[in-house]
Amino acid sequence: MGRNLVEPTDRGLYCAAGDFFIDPWRPVDRAVVTHAHSDHATWGCDRYLCSEPGVEVLRQRVQNDADIQGVAYGELLDLNGVKVSLHPAGHLLGSAQVRVEHAGRVEVISGDYKVQPDGTCDAFEPVKCHRFITESTFGLPIYRWRDDAEVTADINAWWRDNQEAGRTSVVFAYALGKAQRILHSVDASLGPVVVHGSVQRFNDVYRAAGVALPDTTTSTEESRKTCKGVGLVVTPPSTLGTPWLRKFAPYSTAFASGWMAIRGNRRRRGVDRGFVVSDHADWPGLLQTIADTGCESVGVTHGYTQALVRYLRQQGMDADIVPTRYEGESDTEQTGETTDESG
Amino acid sequence: MQRFTQLFLEVDRTTRTSEKTAALRRYFEDAQPRDAAWALAVLTGQKLIRRVSYKRLRQWAGEVTGFDDWLLSECHSSVGDLSETLALILPPADAPGPSGEPLHRVVEERILPLPLMTETQQRDAIRKAWKTFDGHERFLFHKLISGNFRFGAARKVVINALAAAADIDPAVMQHRLAGTYTPSVENFEALLRGGDDVEDPARPYPFFLAHQLDDDPADVLGDVADWRVEWKWDGIRAQLIRRAGQTLLWSRGDELITDAFPELRAVGDRLPDGTVIDGEVLAWDGDKPLLFGQLQKRLNRKRVELMLFMDVPVVFMAYDLLEHAGDDQRAHSTDQRRETLEQVLIEDEALRLSQLVEAESWEQLADLREESRAHGVEGFMLKRADAPYGTGRTGKGLWWKWKVDPYTVDCVMIYAQRGTGRRSTLYTDYTFAVWNGKQRGEGELVPVTKAYSGLTDEEFAKVDKFIRDHSVGKKGSFRQVKPELVFEIAFEGINESERHKSGVALRFPRVSRWRTDKQPEEADTLVDLKRLLAKRV
Repeated sequence: MGRNLVEPTDRGLYCAAGDFFIDPWRPVDRAVVTHAHSDHATWGCDRYLCSEPGVEVLRQRVQNDADIQGVAYGELLDLNGVKVSLHPAGHLLGSAQVRVEHAGRVEVISGDYKVQPDGTCDAFEPVKCHRFITESTFGLPIYRWRDDAEVTADINAWWRDNQEAGRTSVVFAYALGKAQRILHSVDASLGPVVVHGSVQRFNDVYRAAGVALPDTTTSTEESRKTCKGVGLVVTPPSTLGTPWLRKFAPYSTAFASGWMAIRGNRRRRGVDRGFVVSDHADWPGLLQTIADTGCESVGVTHGYTQALVRYLRQQGMDADIVPTRYEGESDTEQTGETTDESG
Repeated sequence: MQRFTQLFLEVDRTTRTSEKTAALRRYFEDAQPRDAAWALAVLTGQKLIRRVSYKRLRQWAGEVTGFDDWLLSECHSSVGDLSETLALILPPADAPGPSGEPLHRVVEERILPLPLMTETQQRDAIRKAWKTFDGHERFLFHKLISGNFRFGAARKVVINALAAAADIDPAVMQHRLAGTYTPSVENFEALLRGGDDVEDPARPYPFFLAHQLDDDPADVLGDVADWRVEWKWDGIRAQLIRRAGQTLLWSRGDELITDAFPELRAVGDRLPDGTVIDGEVLAWDGDKPLLFGQLQKRLNRKRVELMLFMDVPVVFMAYDLLEHAGDDQRAHSTDQRRETLEQVLIEDEALRLSQLVEAESWEQLADLREESRAHGVEGFMLKRADAPYGTGRTGKGLWWKWKVDPYTVDCVMIYAQRGTGRRSTLYTDYTFAVWNGKQRGEGELVPVTKAYSGLTDEEFAKVDKFIRDHSVGKKGSFRQVKPELVFEIAFEGINESERHKSGVALRFPRVSRWRTDKQPEEADTLVDLKRLLAKRV
């Protein structure tokens, strides 16, 4: 295994030749960060490197005075003799794959990625490499996403039905990424939109980056008055059952997540509707991407690692599990710290 | 199929009974009678066919998708439902969107012929269906051929909606649907015809329900002489009705269960006309009830096989009289009703009177209550001597259930398994162990029981996370977990068991709480449990 440029360590993925970590989960000297979700961006590193559009997003996540260097997608950097470049991952604003090249060998670490473009961030681009480390959050064939436009039409129709029934429409979505994607795609001419403070913070960052979002306000006595019964509320799932949310009653609830592809998940959440909106690659997306990279070996991390590795090996590929502190295979990261874990 | 699918989604998407009822009502009003006749059969729990074997379905799905069995298993285990799993993994249908095929054609032309086909014919038929149906329709098609379709609406809700669509009293509709409904346009339209089947002799009275007593009765109920005390039976609460030359047995869930208990129908046939008795259906062995599970065996089948009839004898334990000689007795006092009840009862080995338990004081009753388990009951029912027979849970303070506390044991979780249905993505089914040494923390941890209910969703999520982070091995769907978490398990009884390595089996085990205050070394021992075994009468 020693021939790989990037290897797992107890602090995260590490490139020894270049002496830097990728998405470490403990503070290190130099962290290359694929995107600003809290399971990829840890607080307290000395120096951060991320994509240019990702700088302001990451700044919301790490210490105020953090040293964050942004690089344009595709721009080549030299870190201790290792060539490093970042490439769009389509997961959220500023999300990147990390390409590492040294002594003629190229490895790409995907971070989290989504293949279909969505208009809130740069679209995913496959990158040729010898070894590809891929996420596998939805690495089972039960996960196949429908066309975004169909899901958006469903959300708009649900919103209209709720208006007829005099109910507020509440969409639970992670505060960073998913929330903005929903806001970007819904038909905001239907009614007023209120968002939770944690969503608004990232809305501002997205708007500053030029992403088109409808007008949104946080919850105030005035905004609630205009929103109640007709408006849309976009809020993290952790607000379910809180007094903050109850002020919008009566409402209908929906959860926007890839996990909603499974009926049992929606029922367990106790929401009225599940909209299958994911910021990750589905099963066909994972397989297509692996093929597109032309890689000869695949490292599988973060999700259904065992199943995907076994499947790839059966297809004659060289595949192995790349361990992470975070066990994927779960849609339970729903409370407290990991509220904006994406799904 | 499209309208039926829409109905399914509308019902599935809400937890509000009023919305489910409204959706069903709209369906019964809009749908073509040819389709609705079948829908009603499915909605009221009828199987259309003996199910197509899961093994075959999986095999054919494997052929179509090219996925190995292990991958199908992995998918199935994540989804928790085969119908849904297959709907998700199969390739898209030839044409996107709804098939446009009406439900009656799907049922009559695609589903009903399946059991008559050879395996190859079946395979071709199913593969053809997979090319026709996609998404929700495909899922529902699987459900319709699975034989265990549970629509998200209780039978009662369906009946109420149908009654609303027909604009008649729900009790009348219930009666019309009692017995066997054979799906056909004529039968469906007959159900919907207007008018009231007046003076319906089938209608039961609303049951009077007791409240749970948590305090010491001496503190809150006053003089023991004002109360009538009976054992609290653990069976099926029911009314035995004899009217207009007809015997009916209604369960508390407003279901007609006469057909499941022919020996009780025979009892009813011997009662004088105009009699309604409130009581409990119990599986009975000599002088005490059998476990509730025995009774369930009888309930679960439509036609009682003779063997089962003999293996699980049943009695009606009478404890109240609601109608006598056609007169409503409910306004009379407990004592008056019991006096009349004793006169009405006839000699029959399937009919018993729930005897009063006599005691001088609450203390004496408390002592007697400790014998509940030996009698196979759950504790006492306390009824005020002067109380009328109320309705539902109104009239608090007149009837109380005074149950015995469950046994408890502190166990360590050692294995975990994914739940099913709503909880299929979480590890919610646990195996628990106790120490087999002389003292706590000594010897090995031996598994004693599995249990699942009892934790809140939030606790489940935490425990689930612990399991994922502390998994020390995996075998099939089981994860071996680091023995660290301690749970209090409540249970109702204990038996010797050769099937269990520990030599004991717990009855009705469930997680009563998570003992975050305890270390695994503080969990109980097998010796503690076996001591209970010795105490058992």
